[in-house]
Amino acid sequence: MQFGVMSVGDVTLDPTTGRMPSEHERIQALVTIALKAEEVGLDVFSTGEHHNSPFVPSSPTTILGFIAARTSKLLLSTSTTLITTNDPVKIAEDYAMLQHLSQGRNDLMLGRGNTGPVYPWFGQDIRNGIPLAIENYKLLRRLWDEEVVDWEGNFRSPLQGFTSTPRPLDGVPPFVWHGSIRSPEIAEQAAYYGDGFFHNNIFWPMSHTKKMVDLYRRRYAHYGHGAPQDAIVGLGGQVFMNKRSQDAVRIFRPYFDNAPVYGHGPSLEDFTKQTPLTVGSPQQVIDRYGAMSEQVGDYQRQLFLIDHAGLPLNMVLEQIELLGSEVVPVLRKELSSKNPNHQQAPTHAALIKNSKEKV
Amino acid sequence: MTPIQITVITAGLSSPSSTKLLGERLSASVEEQLTQEGRTVEFKFIELREHAHDIMDAMLLGFPSPRLEKVFAAINESDGLIAVSPVFNASYSGLFKSFFDVLEKDALKDLPTLLGMTSGTKRHSLVLEYALKPLFGYARAKLSPTGVFSATDDFGENDLSLRIRRAAEEFTAILLLAQPRVKEDPFASPDFADLLT
Repeated sequence: MQFGVMSVGDVTLDPTTGRMPSEHERIQALVTIALKAEEVGLDVFSTGEHHNSPFVPSSPTTILGFIAARTSKLLLSTSTTLITTNDPVKIAEDYAMLQHLSQGRNDLMLGRGNTGPVYPWFGQDIRNGIPLAIENYKLLRRLWDEEVVDWEGNFRSPLQGFTSTPRPLDGVPPFVWHGSIRSPEIAEQAAYYGDGFFHNNIFWPMSHTKKMVDLYRRRYAHYGHGAPQDAIVGLGGQVFMNKRSQDAVRIFRPYFDNAPVYGHGPSLEDFTKQTPLTVGSPQQVIDRYGAMSEQVGDYQRQLFLIDHAGLPLNMVLEQIELLGSEVVPVLRKELSSKNPNHQQAPTHAALIKNSKEKV
Repeated sequence: MTPIQITVITAGLSSPSSTKLLGERLSASVEEQLTQEGRTVEFKFIELREHAHDIMDAMLLGFPSPRLEKVFAAINESDGLIAVSPVFNASYSGLFKSFFDVLEKDALKDLPTLLGMTSGTKRHSLVLEYALKPLFGYARAKLSPTGVFSATDDFGENDLSLRIRRAAEEFTAILLLAQPRVKEDPFASPDFADLLT
């Protein structure tokens, strides 16, 4: 199992101090968070992609490239890369370039985006969300898998005799996950290609996550990629911890109450009951996240949204420390004893080996 | 034959509520009509006031609490709907609208629906025709033609009973003719071959 942290790069007021970080601070903080994740022994850092205030990560491969230069083992991913409004040619180029620079330490998780105006800003129609995700991925796949591409589609100008450069590292493209909260078509797409499926598993009841993962697994088997339990599943999650669970609740409550997504709504107690958000002691996180596989089966990646709702950097780094020292080592141990046959998420090395075996 | 299931949604705020009272009068008349046709009926009475916080949370979060989910399920399993709102600012009330705003899309499609409205004064009786009916028209409910608007002093006049009975007769006719609603399950495997073309 890969454990890591994810950020959506939001620039949010700290409700306890009234202080708004600058974009520059947040960008620096994202890098610090990634380095901290590697330092404490986590496996993955993942960034979202947004094209408007109050977010900073408009250029995922730029920041991941910078982080790649400052790290040696950390896996770099996205939650998510926009497959709808980005030109698939640019995605193919940017992420292959990152692959070379990071020596194969990157993969990507594709999503459709949650901000309506991004579609018209990039020349698209939001009503074409699913068709875009499907057609663009088809092209992206071809650009990586084929040397020379002739292409004609509905959403992008045609290509004649086009080679995407650089070619993927070692001839093996970055592994692709498809992310969706509630659209069965995307779970279906992931299953069709035998790619991974990621559910952000935050802000929603677990029943949503389970339904999507079940569909993906069923259809993965339908398309002949293997048994349902062999499918490649990733989950998100969100935690805030303190040695004493009542202190975690007390400290996090103002951040919860004013959070951009769920603030001014239900109580922290109600919301943590209904969604995977866990606010308490490290043991409570271990208990809750250790039990996730009972709902979705054995899965390959667990990422934690770590810096949401205006948490200051020093608190985020403490959370990462707790993950690295108290939570993840226990989860790893429990996992290896619970399932010694656990299948790991595909890494670059594993994909090279696979492709050699296929020949 | 199995009992007909009818959900009655009322958005009254006081206790006792004349909005709820109208809902009960409409239900009683519908039951009388159905009994004459040899059918039994079961009513689920929902007062939106009791779910007000859940409705607001659902609006802010995009998903219903387990308690509110049960109300949605009742509507999904219903053969008919009776919905009554008080008049607020020359329209249905915000609480009433909020509930239907968080209900899943297409939940009311093809659902036989009887509408009612209450107000302090008869002067706003056309609010039912101009504000309430279009809301359910958009939702593609199977709308019964006569809605019942009752002002406070209607509760002392014969005319109200006659109007309630006429509305119940029309609604009953629609109920008895309605086909069972077929719900498309988006999770019933969308075939990728279809998505690719």
